[in-house]
Amino acid sequence: MAQGHAVKRYSGLMDWLTTVDHKKIGILYLIAGGFFFLVGGLEALLIRIQLWKPLNDFVSADTYNELITMHGTTMIFLAAMPMLFALMNAVVPLQIGARDVAFPFVNALGFWTFFFGAVLLNVSWFTSTGAPAAGWTAYAPLSGPAFSTGHGMDYYVLGLQIAGIGTLIGGINFLVTIINMRAPGMTFMRMPLFTWTSFITSALILFAFPALAVGLAALMFDRVFDANFFDPNNGGNAVLWEHIFWIFGHPEVYILILPAFGVISEVISTFSRKRLFGYSSMVFATILIGFLGFMVWAHHMFTTGLGPVANALFSIATMLIAVPTGIKIFNWIFTMWGGSIKFTSANLYAVGFIPTFVMGGVTGVMLAAAPADFQYHDTYFVVAHFHYVIVGGLILGIFSGLHYWWPKMFGRILNETLGKWTFWIFYIGFHLTFFIQHFLGLLGMPRRIWTYLDGLGFNEMNLISTIGAIMMGIGTIMFILNVVITNAKPQNAADDPWEDGRTLEWTIPSPPPEYNFKQTPLVRGYDAYWKEKMDGHKGMTPAEPIGSIHMPSPSILPFTMSLGLFITGFGLMYSRDWTFITEHIGFYVAGLGLLITFGSMFLRSVYDDHGFHIEPEELEDKGVKA
Amino acid sequence: MSTHSHAEGHLPHEPEKATLEGRNKVLGFWLFLGGETVLFGTLFSAFLALRHQVLDGPQPSELFKLSLVAAATAILLTSSLTSVFAIQALHNHNVKALINWLIVTVVLGLGFLGLEIYEFYHYVHEGHGFTTSAFSSSFYTLVGFHGAHVAFGIFWISSIIGQLMKKGLTVVTAPKVYVAGMYWHFIDVVWVFIFTVVYLMGKVV
Repeated sequence: MAQGHAVKRYSGLMDWLTTVDHKKIGILYLIAGGFFFLVGGLEALLIRIQLWKPLNDFVSADTYNELITMHGTTMIFLAAMPMLFALMNAVVPLQIGARDVAFPFVNALGFWTFFFGAVLLNVSWFTSTGAPAAGWTAYAPLSGPAFSTGHGMDYYVLGLQIAGIGTLIGGINFLVTIINMRAPGMTFMRMPLFTWTSFITSALILFAFPALAVGLAALMFDRVFDANFFDPNNGGNAVLWEHIFWIFGHPEVYILILPAFGVISEVISTFSRKRLFGYSSMVFATILIGFLGFMVWAHHMFTTGLGPVANALFSIATMLIAVPTGIKIFNWIFTMWGGSIKFTSANLYAVGFIPTFVMGGVTGVMLAAAPADFQYHDTYFVVAHFHYVIVGGLILGIFSGLHYWWPKMFGRILNETLGKWTFWIFYIGFHLTFFIQHFLGLLGMPRRIWTYLDGLGFNEMNLISTIGAIMMGIGTIMFILNVVITNAKPQNAADDPWEDGRTLEWTIPSPPPEYNFKQTPLVRGYDAYWKEKMDGHKGMTPAEPIGSIHMPSPSILPFTMSLGLFITGFGLMYSRDWTFITEHIGFYVAGLGLLITFGSMFLRSVYDDHGFHIEPEELEDKGVKA
Repeated sequence: MSTHSHAEGHLPHEPEKATLEGRNKVLGFWLFLGGETVLFGTLFSAFLALRHQVLDGPQPSELFKLSLVAAATAILLTSSLTSVFAIQALHNHNVKALINWLIVTVVLGLGFLGLEIYEFYHYVHEGHGFTTSAFSSSFYTLVGFHGAHVAFGIFWISSIIGQLMKKGLTVVTAPKVYVAGMYWHFIDVVWVFIFTVVYLMGKVV
């Protein structure tokens, strides 16, 4: 069986550029997503500094527009998504007892396309025409060539297009991994909830991102090739963009929040030392939220003028989502009920998540009432609502998950004392920033404005909000400090560092060896590891004898494929401006980029990857070096 | 479960699904086609929303020549049939017939693409350019996305033919053939919708 193929083993930087190991790709996602979280956070702080007093001129109106556009775009696409992918990569294969994802090569490709798209988008800051400034929703015709001159929005359409490809193929990869790669006995209804929510999120990615791809392509055609999709002067339809954007955009918010639900379910169950209450209803609620998520996009467009019938239907569909979400909230509370709860940092974030998310949900139902929405629309009430669900939901979930799985990813437990301090400062700062914004909105302060007049009653509340934002910034810095301090400590986390681990990832070393499981485990029930513990066993029953393990080879091609797309994006963007050497040199540059991409795909197709084998005598518990 | 353990000699009954890698590939490709469905669905929606915005350009009813489009349709649908024969040859482990049917499929695909290029060239001369109107932009984007898929499929299947000639039919090459066949059927189905929604409806209303 083992034919002993020679395999190139890289080290140092080349190792990270060529890796196809899901654990290393998870770390890459975390570093890149964490970096863009800081960039987006810096943009948020600049916004709040500009708004701390009336008639402030800290930044210009144009710069402010760039800041709000890039803050939203960066946080959603370049920070939240990759940090979720980091957790999914690090945890899902371990939770289902798999040695790797279904397509390790595609997994690396997904990361690199995301990375190059993100870099492309942010390069815009350093150009003479500045960053995109038409809002993260890029509504036409504002985002079209007539009103967004310069290249800012070109960076938006092309950067997001390239990053979106990465997300889409990442989603397909996780779907196939979860369907095909589960260990023996790991039936669907025994899967940990984080795996379930990752599964549904991946399905939403699959069906939502292609719509965004078409919308971005059409907007790109409008901008670069003078097409007429969204230009009413030439028969185009600006409302069409709203539909396309939100039929992607609404599922996107469920793509973001579902994995956070999964994290919360794992953390609360572990630290309450209880089985998750109502597991099957949790699964059902997740599926229902995913399904309904596609039925509600027009609630972002109540004031567009779709008419009372459409508004009523979308209003009701939106309110329906409160039902499965409510099921989840009660299940978490009932899981804690009667449990022996340990308030670790991870659990503090998880428990803090519950009331915060409920508040975001309640304002969501308020906004779902179409007649009332006409009052809330485009005010700070909306800003408060979506920050409650995204920061108070998703970001708290990510912090919880990072504290919980950090020892599994890096072999070191984050400092608990510092972690708890960080939680309280971030949490109080968050509520200080955004709770007050509900009232600013109800008083009539519009969102996306550069500044406001004195004497409108906005001054004190904006100041409080800015103070809260600074606290969140301090909290984030404390988290980074915690990472640095922890990294200096010895890598000595136990396999099951929380001692109450319930799922398969806690049965293997921290960090796991590159093949994850020396022997594929046999799963005998939900909470597989907990079940073995309760039955008095030390570990899992293996489902196979120790044998040689087949591994995929590292490859630089995912990097070059994505680099090609990056070059293509640049070429297309400057196709009109670059006239040195010859006209339309941009198109030649774009062609060169596509040649690199398709050439790499051709090489991948023609040269088979035989991978390599790790023989039984080589199996030792060595982990990912990070 | 290694990909090359059955490489020589006896081939399993359904070689495309004989390995975990093969099964992953087939399932992943089904899912990918699900995403492609949304992609084309969005393109169709945009076209339907914009198809009456002709402005000063030619009306679709006077522009479209159904005889040409019908010929292109017949060629593409026939190529779908020949790709089925190719998969049958795959299941019979008949490499020679497999390669021949794939070549026929590629040639038919090239014929379709040639007709489409001629058609676009003709339309531009009639004053129906990419930037003429919202109708024309959405028309070229929808039909052009499909044409680009056909062109990609031609390159892809050609590369697979080359691999089959060099490596023969193995558990590594079989999933590639199978998945390319799925892709080819998918772009045929999309064309059936394009023929109906773009051309037939363009003639009627």
